[in-house]
Amino acid sequence: MTVARSPAARSASDGVVVAEVTEDELDGADLLRRMGSTSDGAVIVFEGRVRDHNSGRSVACLHYDAYREMADEVLRDIVREAIQDTGVSAIGVRHRVGSLGPRSVSLVVAVSAAHRRPAYEASAYVIEELKRRLPLWKREEYGDGTSQWLDGQMPPVGSTDAGPEPERRGE
Amino acid sequence: MTGRFEVDVFLFGRHRELAGAAVISVELAAGGTVADLRRTLSGHPSLGSAVEGSAVALNRRYEPDDSPVVAGDEVAVIPPVAGG
Repeated sequence: MTVARSPAARSASDGVVVAEVTEDELDGADLLRRMGSTSDGAVIVFEGRVRDHNSGRSVACLHYDAYREMADEVLRDIVREAIQDTGVSAIGVRHRVGSLGPRSVSLVVAVSAAHRRPAYEASAYVIEELKRRLPLWKREEYGDGTSQWLDGQMPPVGSTDAGPEPERRGE
Repeated sequence: MTGRFEVDVFLFGRHRELAGAAVISVELAAGGTVADLRRTLSGHPSLGSAVEGSAVALNRRYEPDDSPVVAGDEVAVIPPVAGG
């Protein structure tokens, strides 16, 4: 087996390492290993995990459903915006669908950049925007066998590039 | 021309459960818009007002009420989203 170039280097053309909705198990460490070139001094990863409680109720599992075809495109748009607006080198994001028990990873976002500040900004932008725009839903299933779809956010109408500019902070 | 056409509308989340279907067929008049689609869907026996607080995506983009819907569009009703 020849590993001539890292996966990050292969996708370095636009910095989108991965942007997808998947049924596969997610692992932040796996994604982290794919990030970062020799010019990146800051490489971070965020894992969103299923909690065993919400609004005072015990949660047995979360079921995630998505409009897969559109979701992949929206994720890619969000990642491109984040790269363009923050100047980070590369971003990878994967969101899981299906039934997930507590502690399961539902979302991973990894960013590599020259410096930490834009890396954190890009990570936060991706997470906030996917909460506003990603066509994906979750139903909470409780210990007593009942369940309910969780209230979400109304996505912004218009172009997919509808998100606010990430706030530029002074040095 | 005042023809009518049918579009398949994808449903998700609680809409899918309410309607008991992942896709429903909706008939629109030629020149119809997202607003017309909403009006038609609001008359659906089980979806009804659930569509009011939802977005509509045409060809995988969120569209305002005045956007035209044409035959062959990929149409989806998007309930409030809850990723993360």
